[in-house]
Amino acid sequence: MVGSTASNPAVADGLAVSVQGLSHSFALGDQHLPVLDHVDLDLRPGNFVAILGPSGCGKSTLLRLAAGLERPAAGRITADGRTINDPDPERVLVFQDPTLYPWRTVRANVGLGLEARGLLRTQRHRIDEALQLVGLEGFKEAYPHQLSGGMAQRASLARALVNDPRLLLLDEPLGKLDSLTRLSMQSELVRLWQEKGFTALLVTHDVEEAIFMAERIVVMSPRPARILDEIVNDLPYPRHRGDERMHGLRRRALALLGLDASW
Amino acid sequence: MAIAHGERARAPLAPASIKAAAGYSLPTFAAVIWFALGAVTFGWPQAQAWPYTLAFALGATGLGLLVLLSALLAQFWPPLAQRVRTGTPWIALLGGLFLLWEILTAKLALLPVPFFQPPQSLLEVFLEDYQRLGESVLRSVWLLARGYLIGAVAGVVLGMAMGWSPKVNYWSHPILRFIGPLPATAWLPLAFFIFPTSASASVFLIALATGFPVAILTWSGVASVSSAYYDIARTLGANSRFLILKVALPAAMPHIFVGLFMGLGASFAVLVVAEMMGVKAGLGWYLQWAQGWAAYNNMYAGLLVMALMCSGLVALLFRLRDRLLAWQKGLVRW
Ligand SMILES: Nc1ncnc2c1ncn2[C@@H]1O[C@H](COP(=O)(O)OP(=O)(O)O)[C@@H](O)[C@H]1O
Ligand SMILES: [Mg+2]
Repeated sequence: MVGSTASNPAVADGLAVSVQGLSHSFALGDQHLPVLDHVDLDLRPGNFVAILGPSGCGKSTLLRLAAGLERPAAGRITADGRTINDPDPERVLVFQDPTLYPWRTVRANVGLGLEARGLLRTQRHRIDEALQLVGLEGFKEAYPHQLSGGMAQRASLARALVNDPRLLLLDEPLGKLDSLTRLSMQSELVRLWQEKGFTALLVTHDVEEAIFMAERIVVMSPRPARILDEIVNDLPYPRHRGDERMHGLRRRALALLGLDASW
Repeated sequence: MAIAHGERARAPLAPASIKAAAGYSLPTFAAVIWFALGAVTFGWPQAQAWPYTLAFALGATGLGLLVLLSALLAQFWPPLAQRVRTGTPWIALLGGLFLLWEILTAKLALLPVPFFQPPQSLLEVFLEDYQRLGESVLRSVWLLARGYLIGAVAGVVLGMAMGWSPKVNYWSHPILRFIGPLPATAWLPLAFFIFPTSASASVFLIALATGFPVAILTWSGVASVSSAYYDIARTLGANSRFLILKVALPAAMPHIFVGLFMGLGASFAVLVVAEMMGVKAGLGWYLQWAQGWAAYNNMYAGLLVMALMCSGLVALLFRLRDRLLAWQKGLVRW
């Protein structure tokens, strides 16, 4: 497997994640809003899986369930065989909105997880490493209102990475970035994933991004989300954006999303 | 009080027309007014001999010299220049008002005397009664500080608990709704009866007046914290203690400060009444004592000192807020 880290035993291995018959719904007023419909998905440790789907279909809900922020209406998600019921710092979610705490500096925001777990004193250096990784070394003491949208998103990425997650749940984390930063962050994330060996579940609406980054691309239907199909992308890393072999994958993904007419 | 939000407003600068005249001319103008005040006070014979006339004249002249001196020093020291520029128009205006006051009272004797006396008689109070005034200030501050701190802490704790626990909210919300709008002074007769000393009763009343707005605003602050803030911390391994102290509390802090400002205003009102009715000490009592003796000068002096004390305490709270909420953009300056 590409993401394995046999060379570096100090790094935590990825979690094995299994989504089994997962259904979920919300009460919207007196209405019943089904959001996820019998979703089944398996991620082996160190997998990088992308989820593509139309807006509002339930992708973020799936990630929130995997993070343990909510309990599913039916079915379950397991991590290394244990049912996920509550949040746990080994599964970190990078939210769609950066939601940094406005009263904390960038440094203190990134250190949030370490502080919450009482590791700030021993592992403070990791904050600087994470900030360096996302290119925010110069903004440690800045407050969130002094950052651009892209910088805030990078800070929230650093806040997740500091915790050395075994499962990284990414909810359109690069959506707010300018295109240049987005491309470099995509490569950066892939490099990180290969180096650390965590399992990654990426939600994105960007077909290119999914194809460039993931080993498997799961395409979902409009709400309530079902899995339409799965595209396996076994191109070796590091990948090249201009690779001819990506054309076919792109066409298949767009066809599943009902956008093949535009191709 | 919409202090916590809104546009960033610096301390207001002098209007452009006045600024254009700044440099030498405006400080000179202000100094001349104060010199004139000194000269008029000393030179113009008065119908009635007021004590401290000479001292007042000297003081006015001295202030004029001080204005000139600081304008001169400001040439070499920029921070002072800023102060001189913003302060001088006011110093000039104050000098003019004192001049008018002096002429209308001491010189022309146009105003009825026991109520309106010249500025030097105010000086007399400060110079002769400073001991009693000073003690009154200390007693007022000490009483206020105890009541305010107790009320603020209790308000924050209750508000946090209400925002956090539905059970606490269920039981305390109706009580707050029912009793909160009652002015704390309405409890005065009862409090003086129940509490062993009038001082402890006053502390309780001040705490009550402070605690109510603080509790309500803390509660509304906690209630309006975005649930995403909690989600973030929970996925990163935070426990409830962390969520309360490191997420809910700082997130609610802007609201809490609005409550603290409202509570401070309410506590002043209760302080004065409690001192007049019960404690028989402090500035409220001083005012009443002065009125009892028809010592109008002392009353004016007491009012002036009280205004200084209250605005000083408000300024202190603003300082604290600027420190704790430095992260907020668009703070109004005090
Ligand atoms: N807490 C909630 N309460 C009610 N409806 C919700 C809630 N969260 C999400 N939804 C609804 O569920 C659907 C899926 O939401 P989401 O998972 O955020 O979609 P997306 O695929 O765009 O991330 C949307 O129609 C949304 O309105
Ligand atoms: Mg979403």
